[in-house]
Amino acid sequence: MRTTTKLWFGVVILILLSPLGLILPERFKASDAWGEWGADSFKELVGYIPRGLEKLSGLWKAPLPDYAFKGWEEKGLFGLSLAYIVSAVIGIVITVGLVLLIGMILSKKK
Amino acid sequence: MHIPDGYLGPETSAATYAIMLPVWVIASKIVRKTLKAKQVPLLAIGAAFSFVIMMLNVPIPGGTTGHAVGAVLVAILLGPWAACIAITVALVVQALLFGDGGITAIGANCFNMAFVEVFAGYYIYRLISGSSSVTSGRRVFAAGVAGYVALNIAALSTAVMFGIQPLLHKTVSGQFLYCPYGLNVAIPVMLGEHLLIFGWIEAIVTALVVKYLQKQDPALLGTSEEIAV
Repeated sequence: MRTTTKLWFGVVILILLSPLGLILPERFKASDAWGEWGADSFKELVGYIPRGLEKLSGLWKAPLPDYAFKGWEEKGLFGLSLAYIVSAVIGIVITVGLVLLIGMILSKKK
Repeated sequence: MHIPDGYLGPETSAATYAIMLPVWVIASKIVRKTLKAKQVPLLAIGAAFSFVIMMLNVPIPGGTTGHAVGAVLVAILLGPWAACIAITVALVVQALLFGDGGITAIGANCFNMAFVEVFAGYYIYRLISGSSSVTSGRRVFAAGVAGYVALNIAALSTAVMFGIQPLLHKTVSGQFLYCPYGLNVAIPVMLGEHLLIFGWIEAIVTALVVKYLQKQDPALLGTSEEIAV
């Protein structure tokens, strides 16, 4: 088997394992990454929401925020995990497509 | 390490975009000269690997979470400029589609993870590797050290961006406008957690894949040196 094929398998395995990035923090009661809290959290953290932060934080409405789908959280950690995997697949397909496109445009045709 | 919208003031956002724009232009020019068409699939795998490894959040029990970036591995395989492009694409997709990292912070996040980490990791790897053969144990060690140190340098750079906000933006009432934590908090926390946990993940992942490729396809490990600048 070619190396690239094997490496693709590695990526697929990592995609299937990706919900661990959701489950482990939940299990060990770890909160958000430092410096990646939602604007509302600042009330608790420092007693107020920094005004500029509040204004800018809603600037972009991502279609799939936090690698989750609306409504799927009702299905619990299983639903979230499934959405996480599907998000990873969508994100990676787009990323790979873009890199292939950029690579084809830039690379030497040898 | 993905800075969201609102944490950085407009000056920092603009400055990091202003740094990254020429970096992206130079990267495109160098990659145009050096990247071979048959290497493009590997670059895509590198971007995919980085994308998914950044989703694997690792908890510090009772504390925060963090993750590896995978950027050093891509730099080792394809050189820093190609890696810069691959990690940039992954970060842009994460920001636009999944809200992971802000859109005003794409310049900053790419500076930290697609530029600082990539170049730091690449040159540390080259420095420690020296003239050793591509299948030597020294290369595996070099990859691990490069992963660990480079992720921490990126974390430090991120912490500085957070930490200078209170110095730059303060209202008369004493409230801060953007990230309210100064350097005295941001640096120890960000660096501490990456030195303690997340850096080791980057180290292990980078070293293991290099070790695997030494057995599987050692020719791949020689390519980045041909295209180095």
